[in-house]
Amino acid sequence: MADKVHVTTLLNGESVEFLCAPSQTLLECLRDILGLTGAKNGCNDGNCGACSVLLDGRLANSCLVLGAEADGRTVITIEGLADWAGLHPIQQSFVEEDGLQCGCCTPGMIIAAKALLDREPNPSDGRIREWMAGNLCRCTGYETITRAVRRAAAHLNGEGAEG
Amino acid sequence: MITKTAEHTVIGTRPPRADAFEKVVGKAVFGPDVNLPRMAYGRILRSPHAHARIVRIDPTRAEALDGVYAVATAADLPEAADRTERVGEGNVNYKYMRDNTFAGDKVLYHGHPIAAVAARTLQIAEQALELIDVEYELLDPVLDVRQAMAADAPLLHEGMHTRSLAGTADTPSNVASQFQFLQGDPEQGFAQADVVVERAFETAMVHQGYIEPHAATAAWDADGTLTVYTTTQGAFDIRSQVHELLGYPLSKIIVVPTEVGGAFGGKNVGYVEVPAAVLARKSGRPVRVVMTREEVFLASGPSSGTWMRVKMGATREGRITAAEVELCYEAGAYPGSPVGAGANCILAGYDIPNARLDGYDVVVNKPRVGAYRAPGATQSTFAGEAVIDELAEKLGLDPVEFRLRNIATNGMPRLNGGFHEHIAAREVMEAVRDHPHYNAPLERGTGILRRGRGVGLAYWGNWGARSSVTLEVNADGTVSMLMGSVDITGTRTSIAMQAAETLGLSLAHINPAMGNTQTSGYSDASGGSRTTMATGVAAVKAAEEVIAKMHERAAAIWVCEPEQVAYTNIGPDAGTFTCSRNDETMTFAEVAAKLGGTGGALRGQGDVNVRRWGGAFGANIADVEVDIETGSVRLLRFTAVQNVGKAIRPGQVEGQLRGGATQGIGWGLYEGYAYDGQGHMLNANFLDYKLPTALDVPAIETEILEIPWPEHPFGVRGVGETPIVGPPAAIANAVYDAIGVRQGFLPMTPARILESMGII
Repeated sequence: MADKVHVTTLLNGESVEFLCAPSQTLLECLRDILGLTGAKNGCNDGNCGACSVLLDGRLANSCLVLGAEADGRTVITIEGLADWAGLHPIQQSFVEEDGLQCGCCTPGMIIAAKALLDREPNPSDGRIREWMAGNLCRCTGYETITRAVRRAAAHLNGEGAEG
Repeated sequence: MITKTAEHTVIGTRPPRADAFEKVVGKAVFGPDVNLPRMAYGRILRSPHAHARIVRIDPTRAEALDGVYAVATAADLPEAADRTERVGEGNVNYKYMRDNTFAGDKVLYHGHPIAAVAARTLQIAEQALELIDVEYELLDPVLDVRQAMAADAPLLHEGMHTRSLAGTADTPSNVASQFQFLQGDPEQGFAQADVVVERAFETAMVHQGYIEPHAATAAWDADGTLTVYTTTQGAFDIRSQVHELLGYPLSKIIVVPTEVGGAFGGKNVGYVEVPAAVLARKSGRPVRVVMTREEVFLASGPSSGTWMRVKMGATREGRITAAEVELCYEAGAYPGSPVGAGANCILAGYDIPNARLDGYDVVVNKPRVGAYRAPGATQSTFAGEAVIDELAEKLGLDPVEFRLRNIATNGMPRLNGGFHEHIAAREVMEAVRDHPHYNAPLERGTGILRRGRGVGLAYWGNWGARSSVTLEVNADGTVSMLMGSVDITGTRTSIAMQAAETLGLSLAHINPAMGNTQTSGYSDASGGSRTTMATGVAAVKAAEEVIAKMHERAAAIWVCEPEQVAYTNIGPDAGTFTCSRNDETMTFAEVAAKLGGTGGALRGQGDVNVRRWGGAFGANIADVEVDIETGSVRLLRFTAVQNVGKAIRPGQVEGQLRGGATQGIGWGLYEGYAYDGQGHMLNANFLDYKLPTALDVPAIETEILEIPWPEHPFGVRGVGETPIVGPPAAIANAVYDAIGVRQGFLPMTPARILESMGII
């Protein structure tokens, strides 16, 4: 077997080192080497978005990125959003709006929403649906997800919970 | 019996879901997330052919590969009983299930499992699959349900003979069974008709499309206990399947259900549990088997492709006089299509005095179908509602008015036998008639973009069956809840709400959890829209037992008779015991604090087998825009109406209505298995098998009707399945309204629309 690659990455705010096979995807490394199973493997070919992470702040399907490519970069997964003080406002909004049913697409949805709101603090419903179209949900029909992102935007913009 | 008479304080509210927090932080453990020490990775070898005889399987080269721990084939399984049992919403025959776990002498579809490998890494396991030598003798496949029914069709099972009421046929056939429903005199009914419509319909095989693939992890303890962690709708069903296929005692098998990342009927039957268990036994390690997306498409349990014919007649006054229906459903490689349920649901909402329905369960060289949300009903309703719509048009009647003139009411005989009870089909149709959406003006368009509106009436029968709930009272007055049902839709919250309401406590007092087969009472699978209904009955029963036992404890504290103790679960004093002997009061928590001194642990157990339940009617209104140059259909507005009996947690109910509608929209417009002539599936991925995205569906409007099922303590009917049934019918009728051409095929892809218009 080929030699393993040594990767150093800033993962959810912490410097992390790991060894992986050159062919292993970032998703495999997160799930099987680093024990972070929040990102899901729904298709392994970039069509469902359940494995979404932020790579240097950009939305990426971690199944389409090699683990080795994370070297020297920052990675944020769903596990990096909440802290002891509580849920991230996007997570809180998904809870409040029932923006999930089975919960399998939810980590990817929340990461995708963060990527959107980091760049566009006030997206329209149409823009939210367009941005989130890379993430498949088979349970909700997308309406409560759209509402959750809208509510999260209001929270993050300092508006009241009703915003 | 504790009867709530005042306004509910918990039921009907919208608290956060108990499972939501772990899911939004990414810590909830789903099937593929299970990871055990020393765990090996399992992969499955699958047939590249749709129909072939297996001449030889030789795993020698794979076994010799460094890092391979075990290889398993059918030779590792004992013979299985030729016995059929209900599993979730379908049936399984264990002999066929064995052959569908590891192929015996034949492979019957592209993707049919043949062998499995456990190895140190996934990569090694995949290399090993290529080193298993299999020699095939190719046979002609049969892929189309009507071709499969032909007398000269290639046979999948040489020993299979058609079963029917008349007995078993002499000659072998791909038709596993056939049945007929008959009511009145159809010939005479058609003779009375002024207008007759007859059409044939075809629908492609579709998949549930859950995002989480099938995944199971098996581990054997030194004492012989087998533990299987798996994503399933029914832990006890999986335990039965493992028990039957391994010939191993039920008590030695523990099935632990994980969180389930979507199931929709597709996770009643196990596919990877037995391979994982066999590999774990042979390798002496825990083994995890996770399907790829391609494997999920190729070899789990999608829903039937169909060919259907519906003929109906009506008088000039708009009364239906007769119906004749033929339903031919693909079962896939082994018998067991949902044609019976399709027959139960087609035209269920109408008063049809004369009718004949013929149903056929037909094997073809495709994966063995499973349950998919209201299994069988979406296909047949597409056909039935199209003919209803056309009859209305031919009679010059508004389609809703025509439906209302013929709507079924309580006490009417049903085509499948029995009578309608508390059905509320009329109320559903009237809600459509009165809905702002149905009465909103629609700009029809004259150029390339044509718009239309359609409706569909839908029915699903629902289910009751066995459920178990345990409530344990803690010393601080809180209650720990364990349910045997797997939570696939947020039901641990809707069940806990029913327990809280009955106990007269706030929901915050109840901490609900899913049990496993070792910790919970037997519970049937979470399917048939049964869980909030039947497991709710179990929760109410458990709560009533808690209250009865708490009376005894309070009496012991007060040194009085239990009959002198009263408890209120309603009003501002809810959760309070009073004693008629001394006029003292104690809260639930005060009695709970003294459980230790009054007899020890206090738990209420609700074990039920709910044998009567209420079906659910629903309806959809669809506005579409058809591009007559490209054939593409865009949804402009979509409404789902449904009678749910009682919405325990309305947010979940709305989610079921929208989610089911979205699956129905996918079924109507995008989704379908595609095969080449040799039976190779061509679109086993999410790029070529298109699920609706956030851009494909509008903000779906919902209207919840609450006409109770009177035999449930709170009036609950099933909710989850009816929502998928109507959308393809409503969309097809809307497309007709837009372009004036009837649609006979699902999915209504742009190419199919253009074909129907004679353009291509």
